Amino acid sequence: MSKERARVSPLTRALESEKLLATALLAPGVAILVLFIAYPFVMALWYSLTSVRVGDAGEFVGIANFAKAVNDTIFQMAFKNTVFYTFWATIFKLALGMWLALLLNRHFRFKRIVRASMLLPFIIPTVLSAFAWRWMFDPTFSVMNWMLYHGGMITDRLPFLSSGDWAMWCAVLVNTWRGMPFFAITLLAGLQTISPDLHEAAALDGANAWHRFWHVTWPLLLPVTLVVVVFSVIQTFSDFQLIYVLTGGGPANSTHLIATYAYQIGVGSGLLGEGAALSLFMFPVLFAVVWVQLRYLKRMENA
Amino acid sequence: MARVTRRTFLQYSGAGMAAILAAHRAPVFAQANSVHIVRWNDFVPAADKVLREVFAPEVQKALGLKLNVETINANDIPARATASIQSGNGPDIFMLLNNYPHLYASAAVDVSSVADEFGKAQGGIYDASAQLNRVGGKWVSLPWSVVPAMIAYRKSWFDEVGAKSFPKTWQEYQAVGKKLKANKHPIGQTLGNTFGDAPTFTYPFLWSFGGQEVDAKGKVVLNSKETLESVRFMVQFWKDAHDEGGLAWDDSNNNRAFLSGDISASLNGASIYVAALNGADKFKTDKGAPLHTDILHSPLPAGPKGAHAYHTAFNHMVMKYSKNAKGAIEFLRWAHRRENYEKWFLVQKGFAVGPTRVWEKHAMWKNDPVMLPFRNGAAAQKRLMGFAGQPDKKAAEAWNKFIVTVMYAQACSGKMKPEEAVKWAAGELGKIYT
Repeated sequence: MSKERARVSPLTRALESEKLLATALLAPGVAILVLFIAYPFVMALWYSLTSVRVGDAGEFVGIANFAKAVNDTIFQMAFKNTVFYTFWATIFKLALGMWLALLLNRHFRFKRIVRASMLLPFIIPTVLSAFAWRWMFDPTFSVMNWMLYHGGMITDRLPFLSSGDWAMWCAVLVNTWRGMPFFAITLLAGLQTISPDLHEAAALDGANAWHRFWHVTWPLLLPVTLVVVVFSVIQTFSDFQLIYVLTGGGPANSTHLIATYAYQIGVGSGLLGEGAALSLFMFPVLFAVVWVQLRYLKRMENA
Repeated sequence: MARVTRRTFLQYSGAGMAAILAAHRAPVFAQANSVHIVRWNDFVPAADKVLREVFAPEVQKALGLKLNVETINANDIPARATASIQSGNGPDIFMLLNNYPHLYASAAVDVSSVADEFGKAQGGIYDASAQLNRVGGKWVSLPWSVVPAMIAYRKSWFDEVGAKSFPKTWQEYQAVGKKLKANKHPIGQTLGNTFGDAPTFTYPFLWSFGGQEVDAKGKVVLNSKETLESVRFMVQFWKDAHDEGGLAWDDSNNNRAFLSGDISASLNGASIYVAALNGADKFKTDKGAPLHTDILHSPLPAGPKGAHAYHTAFNHMVMKYSKNAKGAIEFLRWAHRRENYEKWFLVQKGFAVGPTRVWEKHAMWKNDPVMLPFRNGAAAQKRLMGFAGQPDKKAAEAWNKFIVTVMYAQACSGKMKPEEAVKWAAGELGKIYT
């Protein structure tokens, strides 16, 4: 034993202390967080307060960039769009995802294959699926228009992406299609933790299917649901690629989200400071959402 | 199973960490005398081949330079350039569209000597090109080529409705377009948020009615009766003559719609015609003839205040952070020499034209009369974004926000009345030109 002790370096010995070892093991993770999350975030904060442009450090301008954004009608529209998009997409994803999860929770043939294939929209890279949807919505060559037209259902092409309102709903639809499997699979996992005994007991007491869902399944599923919704709201609110590919923010800026507009200003026009300010408008909203929901979760856990 | 004690784990992972830390140093790829250039994926793929297979070996021989050509999607260049400039690391030369040289001027190496040299030797650089590449009295980049935008149209369908030649004014074009649309052959034009075909249509349209963004002093003068007139005209023109799906088109929709026979005319580079030529067996007219035999080109019609055009400019910037700026400049000097540039110019077949006047006289133009309208394209451009001010950062911001295009799109989609659309656009410009 004493021989071995002599061979180990002082460094190794130092690391045998729990405290130091924990620090050492955590350090890489913390370093990654600092490097890739904290540093860019602080940089964005700093940028947003300066007139930095590409290749030009600019100077401190206080909240001028934020003031400009608030008065910018395109940004106002982008903000409204982002809220609209997030709200409806999340509602649809939750409703359809829940429905799907309940269906998948039953016993049927090929259960596993069906459950696995559910995840397909979620697995395909968003850029690829958004391109496929764009072709389906194509103003001239839309396969849906073609079928409806040749089926005699319409006489004029439907303006899927060429009308602002339609385009926004199309974006919500694609986002729902993409995000629903995540809801379904996560909720399904939650459903499987609910003991069948509870349902049996409720059924014996005369509860019908709706009552069993509302008074047994829903309350027990609520923590999982909340977590999924938080994740989804964050992802949807900061969505970029889907809109960028599907509409580029058009027609007439009517589908811009905060992220796509910030990109257009920051990278397209080289106004890094203003772009950073625009994207930071997402932060308080998301922070509030996360805070409220996490607090709620905590209260439920304590209850 | 070998037992891993905490101690051996620490020893091994320590070594691994050391290796990672050692590798943290950015790998050095660049060789002593190499030049890395980033350009777009040329719509004429043969041109990229010339750069890689002809230019690269010749440059190696002539200058001892290793040329590394990288091509990416044109839309991705600003993101790439922004990242490179901010990190001070990246390709030696960037190809930049339109007035991006103004945006990145502070990150550029002065290349005035090269511009003076080939400008003088080749009959002079076009004024518009000079304006785009000169900032503060010096050349921050070099104009490489201009891709003119012309209306490609179906000769037989225009004949059918009695238009023996292409309409000379917007009024005539509207009247012809109305008949074309009645024949299910509408004009196809994008008013979407897309970098090429939308602004190259809406800016000249605005100017030909006498509207302009700002005056020479940079005061916003968009809200004028001329602008309003142009918006009103567009709304009617759109409804009468256009495929209304165009509100959602990007730069490629009109190509596909034209090639499939859904539209009769569209403002575009020569790529529709080039695609029809290359796919002569695939793209046919309704009578079965090759589609390219039914395509002609015309500049935009004139409005009450004359005819205007907007052509897309392609420029090369040597970056200040480059460790081989000298080599990059020498490469560009070499590439702009007539005998070298010609090799690239020839495969373009007129899709892209040269930055100097001498290329208008090239024998290549005798090859294909359909391409002839492109010859004087660059020379015909009198105005640039931000007219009557400079094509500077502010003009670029307005351009990138699609303000002029959106003004028309808002009115055509019925979202705003023409008066409201003009007022909105003038207000947005006012926030940029403060």
